[in-house]
Amino acid sequence: MSQLNTLTIAEARDGLRKGEITAIDLTMSCMSAIDAAGALNAFVHHTPEIALEQARAADERLKGDEEAPSMCGIPVGIKDLFCTEGVPSQAGSGILKGFLPQYESTITGKLWASGAVMLGKLNMDEFAMGSSNETSVYGNAVNPRRRGNDAAELTPGGSSGGSAAAVAADLCLGATGTDTGGSIRQPAAFTGIVGIKPTYGRCSRWGIVAFASSLDQAGPMTKTVRDAAIMLQAMAGPDPKDSTSADIPVPDFEAALTGDIRGQTIGIPKEYRMDGMPDEIERLWAEGTEMLKAAGAKIIDISLPHTKYALPAYYVIAPAEASSNLARYDGVRYGHRAKLAQGDGITEMYEKTRAEGFGAEVKRRVMIGTYVLSAGFYDAYYNRARKVRALIKRDFEQAFDQGVDAILTPATPSAAFGLGEMANADPVQMYLNDVFTVTVNLAGLPGISVPAGLDAQGLPLGLQLIGKPWDEAGLLNVAHRLETDAGFVSKPTKWW
Amino acid sequence: MSIDIDTARRVAKLARIAVPEDDLPKLAEELSGILTFMEQLNEVDIEGIEPMVSVTPMQLKRRADEVTDGRQQDKVLANAPDAREGFFAVPKVVE
Repeated sequence: MSQLNTLTIAEARDGLRKGEITAIDLTMSCMSAIDAAGALNAFVHHTPEIALEQARAADERLKGDEEAPSMCGIPVGIKDLFCTEGVPSQAGSGILKGFLPQYESTITGKLWASGAVMLGKLNMDEFAMGSSNETSVYGNAVNPRRRGNDAAELTPGGSSGGSAAAVAADLCLGATGTDTGGSIRQPAAFTGIVGIKPTYGRCSRWGIVAFASSLDQAGPMTKTVRDAAIMLQAMAGPDPKDSTSADIPVPDFEAALTGDIRGQTIGIPKEYRMDGMPDEIERLWAEGTEMLKAAGAKIIDISLPHTKYALPAYYVIAPAEASSNLARYDGVRYGHRAKLAQGDGITEMYEKTRAEGFGAEVKRRVMIGTYVLSAGFYDAYYNRARKVRALIKRDFEQAFDQGVDAILTPATPSAAFGLGEMANADPVQMYLNDVFTVTVNLAGLPGISVPAGLDAQGLPLGLQLIGKPWDEAGLLNVAHRLETDAGFVSKPTKWW
Repeated sequence: MSIDIDTARRVAKLARIAVPEDDLPKLAEELSGILTFMEQLNEVDIEGIEPMVSVTPMQLKRRADEVTDGRQQDKVLANAPDAREGFFAVPKVVE
C-alpha cells in the first residue's frame, strides 16, 4: 500500500470507513511523498508530529464513530497564510519570520475538528500577492508538470502555488488555498487540479492573514470536484469571529453532485473572448460548451460589458485594502524588527523594518495603495474603482436575472509559464494572468476551475464556471458534469 | 498621470517604507506604469452609481456589549520582538 497518497479524498474516506486502510498509513505515505519532493519546494514547514498524532486520533475515532465526518483521517496541506497554533505562519513573508500564532484560524480549526490531518504549511506568494509563486520568501514553488521532456521549471501559478503543486504531485489529498483575484483557480488550472473560490462570506476569514479584506476568500484545492465538495463542507459556515461570514445554512455539497444538468442555462460571455488568446484555449472553451449542451444544458450568449475594467478596478481596490491591512507590520507586536542605528527613533524603526521585511511586489502594492488612498486621490481612484466594481457586479446580476444558472469561461489566458520568464516584464503583464478570474472576486461570486484538457506541450488547461451567490452546490454539480465529460485523467510524470 | 521622484519619495514616506534615494527613479517609473493602467477607469460612466459595499445586503451583526475574551497578556506578548514587564517596548517616542 505504498501508493495511498495517490487516493482521492472520497476514495480514502471510503477505505477508512470500511477499515481497509488506516489514517496512519495514509499519513505516512504522504509524508514519504513529501520527503521525496523537496525539488517542488511546496511544503515549507513540516509538521510530522502533529500529523501522526492527529492520524492516530482519527483512527481511534473511525473505529468508534460510524458517522465520523468525511474529512476524518484525511491528510491535508495548509497554505502558509492560515494561522496555525504554535506552527510557523509567515504568509510567505520575511516580515513574519519566527511568528508563532497563539491561536488557530477558524477554517483550520474546523478541519481538525472534523478529523483532518495537518502535514504542514505550503509555499505561496508573499502575502498572496502574485500569480507565479515567485514573490515568496521561501523561493519558488515548482510545478510538477513540464513541457513534455523539457526540463525547464514551470510556475505552479500563484498565489496558492505550493498548495497546487502539492495536490497535483500527490503529496497530500487536498490543500487549503485563498483567492483574492484568482489565487486558487489560476494555480489549479496550471497544475491540472480542481480549485473553488466560494461566495464571499461562505468561509470565515478569521485567522487568515489579510490581504484585501473585501475580496479574500478561502477554499479547497483538490484532485476532483467531489473532493472539493467534501472539503468545502468541512471549511464552510458562519463564524461569530468574522462579521462578514454569512448566516446562511450550508447545504450538503456532495449530495448535490447528481450529474444531472438538464434544463440548466449556461451563459457564455462574449467579453471573455480576448484578442491574442491562444487557439487551444479558444477550442477548449468551445468543447466545454458543447459538452454541457450535450448533457442537456441550454447555452446562451451573454454580455458582461464592464469586464475590461475589472483588472484596473482590482488593482486600485486590492492594493488600497492591502496598504491598510499591512500597516500592522510595524516591528512592534510580532515578526521582524530592524536593527536600529544610534539615534534612530520610532519612525526609522517602522521604515527600516518594513523595508527589510517586505519583498519588492508587496512594497509596490502597499505604495500604490497608499497613493490611491492619499488626500486628493481618494475620489479619483479609490471611489471610482468601487463604483466600477458595483457595475461589474450588476453585469452578473443582469445575466442571472435572464435565467443563467452558471457561466462558462476559460480559467487562464495561457498554460503555465516558465519560472523567471516574466522577470523582466512590467508588473502589469503579470497582473493579466487574473483577467478571467478577478471579476468573480469583485462581484463576490463563487467560481471553480476544472481541468479540462492539455495543450500541445502536454500542459493542463482549465475551464472556469461561475455561479450565483451562495449556489456552490449547483456550481459544483455543473463542474462535476464537465469534469466527467471532459474525462481529464492526465497526471504529471514524476521527475522530482 | 505620472509620478515624479518627489511624489515617489512622499508615498514611500507615507507608507513607512525606507527607499534608498537611488531606487526612487525606478520606483516612480513602476508606479506610473501601474497608474496609467488604472486610468482606463476614467472611460466608465459612473454617474449615479453607489460604491459597492457587500455581496449580499446583510445587516451588520450585533452582539451584547460584554467582555468575551481577554486575560491573555502572555499570549499577546509572545511574539513581540521586544517585550518588557508586560508591555511592548519601542524606541523612545518623546524627549
